[in-house]
Amino acid sequence: MEWETVIGLEVHMQLATQSKIFSGSSTAFGAEPNTQANAIDLAMPGTLPVLNEQAVRYAIMFGLAVDAPINPLSAFERKNYFYPDLPKGYQTTQLAEPIVGAGHIDIELSDGSTKRVRIHHAHLEEDAGKSLHELSFAGDSHGLSGIDLNRAGTPLIEIVTEPDMRSAEEAVAFAKKLHAIVTSLEITDGDMSQGSMRFDVNVSIRKQGSDKLGTRTETKNLNSFRFIEEAIKLEVSRQIDLIEDGGKVIQETRLYDGEKKIARAMRSKEEANDYRYFPCPDLLPVAVDNETIEKIRAALPELPAAKQQRFINKYGLSNYDAGVLTAERALADYFETVAKASGEPKLAANWVMGELSGRLNKADINIKQCKIEPEFLGDMIKRISSGAINSKQAKQLFDEIWSRAHGAQMEGKAASTSAASGTLADSIDSLIEQLGLKQVSDTGAIEKIVSDIVNANPEQTAQYRAADEGKRKKLLGFFVGQIMKASKGQANPGLVNEILLKKLQ
Amino acid sequence: MHNLTIAELLAGLAQKRFSSEELTLHYLARIERLDAKFNSYITVTPELALEAARSADKTRAQGNAGSLAGVPIAHKDIFCTNGVRTSCASKMLDNFVPPYDATVVTKLAQAGVVCLGKTNMDEFAMGSSNETSYYGPVKNPWALDCVPGGSSGGSAAAIAAQLCAAATGTDTGGSIRQPAALCGLTGLKPTYGRVSRYGMIAFASSLDQGGPMTRSAHDAALLLNAMAGFDAKDSTSANRSVPDYTATLHDKLDGLRIGLPKEYFGKGLSPAIEKAVHAAIAELEKLGATVKEISLPNTELAVPCYYVIAPAEASANLSRFDGVRYGYRCENPSDLFDLYTRTRAEGFGDEVKRRILIGTYVLSAGYYDAYYRKAQQVRRLIKQDFVAAFNDVDVIAGPTTPNPTFCVGEISDPVAMYLEDIYTIAVNLAGLPALSIPAGCVDNKPIGLQLIGNYFAEDKLLNVAHQFQQATDWHRHTAPGIE
Repeated sequence: MEWETVIGLEVHMQLATQSKIFSGSSTAFGAEPNTQANAIDLAMPGTLPVLNEQAVRYAIMFGLAVDAPINPLSAFERKNYFYPDLPKGYQTTQLAEPIVGAGHIDIELSDGSTKRVRIHHAHLEEDAGKSLHELSFAGDSHGLSGIDLNRAGTPLIEIVTEPDMRSAEEAVAFAKKLHAIVTSLEITDGDMSQGSMRFDVNVSIRKQGSDKLGTRTETKNLNSFRFIEEAIKLEVSRQIDLIEDGGKVIQETRLYDGEKKIARAMRSKEEANDYRYFPCPDLLPVAVDNETIEKIRAALPELPAAKQQRFINKYGLSNYDAGVLTAERALADYFETVAKASGEPKLAANWVMGELSGRLNKADINIKQCKIEPEFLGDMIKRISSGAINSKQAKQLFDEIWSRAHGAQMEGKAASTSAASGTLADSIDSLIEQLGLKQVSDTGAIEKIVSDIVNANPEQTAQYRAADEGKRKKLLGFFVGQIMKASKGQANPGLVNEILLKKLQ
Repeated sequence: MHNLTIAELLAGLAQKRFSSEELTLHYLARIERLDAKFNSYITVTPELALEAARSADKTRAQGNAGSLAGVPIAHKDIFCTNGVRTSCASKMLDNFVPPYDATVVTKLAQAGVVCLGKTNMDEFAMGSSNETSYYGPVKNPWALDCVPGGSSGGSAAAIAAQLCAAATGTDTGGSIRQPAALCGLTGLKPTYGRVSRYGMIAFASSLDQGGPMTRSAHDAALLLNAMAGFDAKDSTSANRSVPDYTATLHDKLDGLRIGLPKEYFGKGLSPAIEKAVHAAIAELEKLGATVKEISLPNTELAVPCYYVIAPAEASANLSRFDGVRYGYRCENPSDLFDLYTRTRAEGFGDEVKRRILIGTYVLSAGYYDAYYRKAQQVRRLIKQDFVAAFNDVDVIAGPTTPNPTFCVGEISDPVAMYLEDIYTIAVNLAGLPALSIPAGCVDNKPIGLQLIGNYFAEDKLLNVAHQFQQATDWHRHTAPGIE
């Protein structure tokens, strides 16, 4: 039996506001538990919420970026349920009147085609706190749970898609595109490992060709692209096995454990709360006029899709390269600075996507934490294009630059901003000088080395002259290798080739 | 000193006939000696009061006294007071000491008032007789076997027993006006949004409004001057300037158009109260007002509408009392569910539980449309009745309550109790300002005349009430047997 997978996503995204959605507490991540929770966040009696206008602006920016209408009058409601990390006993959220209406995001599939994923709506709401169960405790707190309310009241927008995705790959492509858009808007820090974007995946299967939706399950709180993919694949095969064995999928909420790579049911629909939503009487409806919307629209930064197209047109990059470089705004900005400084956009793209990204990945840091100034990398690339150094030397030079800039991080150790890392006070030319990397482009000097090598290897020379085209190439490599070795890698490879070919004639 | 109005006390303080410290000591001594009879205070704060009094005397001597410097008042125990237990008359908050002041408390402190303590009330302001308090019922100083009304019954009894010069109250369905009527006082519920709700423990957020309870309309104007105003901490507070409410007290009533809703004079109204209210209205006519009958056709829907909306909001507002962060927690909870259920079963009284249950029910899946949504539609109709009426009249007048005070324990049927608020509840649903002033006595028990104004027409209401009090002396009557 051929099965079709149907996937819809709900994304909880923390907004990068300074303070919480309804109180003045800081939203910074990683503070001591309960140090960023004031009387309002603790739901002390008599306290009242005041809406953070920056959160509203961010939601509007998101709506405009996904081509969605902004509701001129949206409203907050109370979603009632008891849980220790929900201080008020209700979550203030939007239901009937969300701020962002229906929009869409276009994703690129592996076959190069484009697919439109519809967004049903997006709404503003507050995050809950965190329950820390006993394992997080030191001492004799066995059986106790702790509550950290630092996160309580952090502004979120929840983005709800239509069930338009048909595979884990499509869902991940959507998640990545969404991530690129919201980070380019700078409305979230996008740091998934810290919970800034959390994905709930709704998965169902149906027979190929059927237009009826199957019973879905919801796997909650996936916080990496890899987990999204794994959890969907696991759930799809579970559902297929279940149905093919004559069973039925039950509508339920599931949790995926990314470490153990297993999922389990959390609660079924029957056990679900009746949330008793009703309009929050402490907050006025959120009115947004056209003038405000147009002001925000005019100030929107360039979005990834437009930027990708521009990179293709302006820099002559491939669609793929332009896509990679525009997946994150900081990366795109970095690339553009390197391209400008070097005057060699294609070479700049190769270096940023190749050596630099490789190093960053290995050190587990992102482009914002990169301590090599893009102008400096641009300077280095300029030396390649001018022939001052060859690409092999450039790699050696880059190694030096990286280790001076990041020190121990090149070993993959934890990112640190301390003074332990080295300095890049020297200019690129002085570095080249220090490393003795100056490329030899002196024809006389190269001719001498070439002659020496050719004379020292009469057997290979004879073989070369007798060989056909294919074999010659191989032997040529042998000579080039010997020559480069003799020149300590400093000979200009172009010149070496040219002179060598003449000598071997 | 203890039977003087705020206006008279301010004159006495200004003329140095007594200091605020003397005045405060005098009130504290009276509370100490007499309040066991009335049970009007939950918490008395002598040290803080004397400290505030001395500070008021000092600022007065320095010539920079606030508008109410040195006047001893009490706060209903629903207003959070920094460092002073704020119980809302519930076991749930018996141990709760807020680390912040309600905006009303801050504003009155800035005006220089001396807070003597926190007054008794119905638990979480749910009640019309002050019988639901965890700290026991309050007795009406006019008749000790009777209730003072509720929920601001402690504030009303404390003023009537002359244990403070004035007090704050809150009014969700009549909780300022009804006890004011039953204790012979002036009580004003301002327009929704006129007074900040920040730090006022919420019962029903779209209906709650704080206001003054005093011996006279003039005093109410003085207190409201200090209490009212926009508060950035309350999103529903009105961003609108506050007039000087004393400035218009002396305006003449010539040409004032008074509407008498025929629905407020129907069955259920005590004939003696009807007579007294008509006499009071005749007095206003003598002062130049004209009177016409009007209709508020949806009046009979107000009580049922209120008892859907108020409990719905309360059911969510009271969810925060879960035993996790502050307040009462049951002993030795076996698990989370046990913690929640026993904490709330043991911490809340019956009337609070009843309203949480009603509120939870009307918001439940399958019942929301029939109850909550319908009630919101009815609420709009009730508001429209008033809006239409104010096209033709300046002020609406009628009785505050259908009956005078009743005995403690006399009304045990909750619905019968709810109907005691039949004339006051619609005002909260519409968000209008209204006040109650003493308008006579029935069997030596005071009764109230209610005046309802258009949005933000507190000045008009206080003007009419003051003119009435200039021409009559009902507000000067004091409870018999008060020392």
